[in-house]
Amino acid sequence: MGYHCVVCVKQVPDTKRLTGQAMKDDGTVNRAALPAIFNPEDLNALEAALAIRDRHAGTVTVVTMGLPKAADVLRESLFRGADRGLLVTDRRAAGSDTHATSYILSCAIRRLEPDIVLCGRQAIDGDTAQVGPQIAEKLSYTLVTYLEELLDLSGATLRVRRNLGNGWEVVEAKLPVLVTVLDTANTPRPPAAKRLMKFKKARCRSEVEQAVSHELAEAGEDARATEVARRCLALAERGLLIEQWSLDDVGADLTWCGLKGSPTKVHRVQSIVLAGGAYREYPATDEGVVHLVRELIEDHTIG
Amino acid sequence: MIEVNRRGEVWVFAEQERGALSEVPLELLGKGRELSDTLKVPLAAVLLTAGDGEGMATRLGQFGADKVYLVEHDLLRQYQTSTYARVICELAQAHAPQIVLYGATAMGRDLAPTVASALKCGLTADCTDLQVGDHAPPGGKDLHRNLLLQIRPAFGGSIIATIVNYDRWPQMATVREGVMVMPQPDGRRRASLVRHTASFNGFTPRLRVLESERREKTVNLKAARVIVAGGAGVGTREDFRLIWELANCLGGAVGATRAAIDLGFVDKDHQVGQTGTTVRPALYVACGISGAVQHRAGMDESARILAINTDRSAPIFSVAHYGIVGDLRVVVPRLIRAIRGGARIEGLAEPLEGPGAPAREARR
Repeated sequence: MGYHCVVCVKQVPDTKRLTGQAMKDDGTVNRAALPAIFNPEDLNALEAALAIRDRHAGTVTVVTMGLPKAADVLRESLFRGADRGLLVTDRRAAGSDTHATSYILSCAIRRLEPDIVLCGRQAIDGDTAQVGPQIAEKLSYTLVTYLEELLDLSGATLRVRRNLGNGWEVVEAKLPVLVTVLDTANTPRPPAAKRLMKFKKARCRSEVEQAVSHELAEAGEDARATEVARRCLALAERGLLIEQWSLDDVGADLTWCGLKGSPTKVHRVQSIVLAGGAYREYPATDEGVVHLVRELIEDHTIG
Repeated sequence: MIEVNRRGEVWVFAEQERGALSEVPLELLGKGRELSDTLKVPLAAVLLTAGDGEGMATRLGQFGADKVYLVEHDLLRQYQTSTYARVICELAQAHAPQIVLYGATAMGRDLAPTVASALKCGLTADCTDLQVGDHAPPGGKDLHRNLLLQIRPAFGGSIIATIVNYDRWPQMATVREGVMVMPQPDGRRRASLVRHTASFNGFTPRLRVLESERREKTVNLKAARVIVAGGAGVGTREDFRLIWELANCLGGAVGATRAAIDLGFVDKDHQVGQTGTTVRPALYVACGISGAVQHRAGMDESARILAINTDRSAPIFSVAHYGIVGDLRVVVPRLIRAIRGGARIEGLAEPLEGPGAPAREARR
């Protein structure tokens, strides 16, 4: 029996290493040009799903929406034990805000009919924590945010301890459920060596197309198409073809996708201009420090 | 989805727990007042509760609400997503507000996206400022006037983004506690009460709260007159001791950056910044803090800022009034000595007394 879990994961720019070149003129991020990592709290969501499967049996499918290189996080998930990876990719999804993203993901997830959807609480690039709750609303799944501990899972009932920041709660929810998982919930297991060796060769169709157009640059379009088909078939036979769905495959209404389908739009983006105000530097010596303290006392800031 | 309604009101979700209003909706009423005055529409609070709503409604009026939409029902006794979202959507569909603001609290960040998804409208999280302005989409001939400009740092803090929503209303935003200034209450102000009956016919909640516990925060940063804060530059949990000592001798509270908290130097309650608490103390001492924009957003309105950092080019110095370029492990003990010892300068007869000086005869 077991539970069919779907985990939403995201490849995010490593926000500690961003530069101005990362932004395009329309205010969206030039994701293709940045070092990318597995969103940290999504690893916790994946671990929670794998733990459910360890205990109760079932399957773990990992879904991501992004550019073809987001297949990296699907491979990473397969290394750690996920059964299946699914990439939702389509140029027409570019510039999606949280509403458009959750709409597209919910279209894909609906086709998978999971019992439990798991998401990291928030992604380190947007920091909004909106996509998880919005997917839950679109799927009409019971939402349980801030999961810190899964206390019990039996039949169609889930019991969870939530950490609210200023306290906690124990709740019982009826499946199907969407949970958002905190980084304090667990320690993600590392990749398993055998799975890494096997799945490092896994590719999605777009990655195969990119490789073929690079390697067979001289060849005609037909020859390239034939080679792509051949390679994809070979990968599929070995269980190494990462599934790839477009917006058409998930049945999405384009009115709600991409930049145009996003209710929120970027009005403008400004680099941080650090304006100096009245500023005085004091030397780090005893005397310098004493002068500073006198100044603070004299203007009644302290004392 | 709601039609764009230029006569729509400005709404603030009045978060409450166990019959007591949280602080953040009161802060949002202050900003809400500015927005509603600019747009020349009423400001309303939306209050969901099981009973005892009138007392809270009175308070909301004193803090600036023109109206309070009051919904009382047993199913609203304890917050859960489905019941609260259902009621807010009903209200929004009935009254078509143009703006809805929520605190970016655990409840707000659970509720607001659910409502936004149901209404298919836009939502911007953790805004550090809200203004009214115009927007011209690139390449278009349209000009959208008097939109809510939703301003927040983004993408690792390298930019400030202004977000707008011109066609999928209401325009919704969440704001963290302490970002907006709490207005002065006016005891004579009254809001008109609009009671709404929630329809829960045939509705069964699919979630039950079995147990819950709240704990008091261990530190009240917003009330502190002086805050001494440490960042990743403090280096170790042991060295963070220096931050506590300096705070103690100034009678201040201890603050920290998110980085320092992630490194385990101090508890999350001490976090100052865009995703922590926003503070405006008389004095903010930033030790070993580089000054990333998400941190600055939480403290740059402090009356006086003293920055101590070994890196002269650290962004914190651009918002500081006083700076010491040096190692805090050397400078902070010197500061403590100077404050306790009464800032004594060679050749001066009388040292000025700091707050940490040993008790002497009263000199007022």
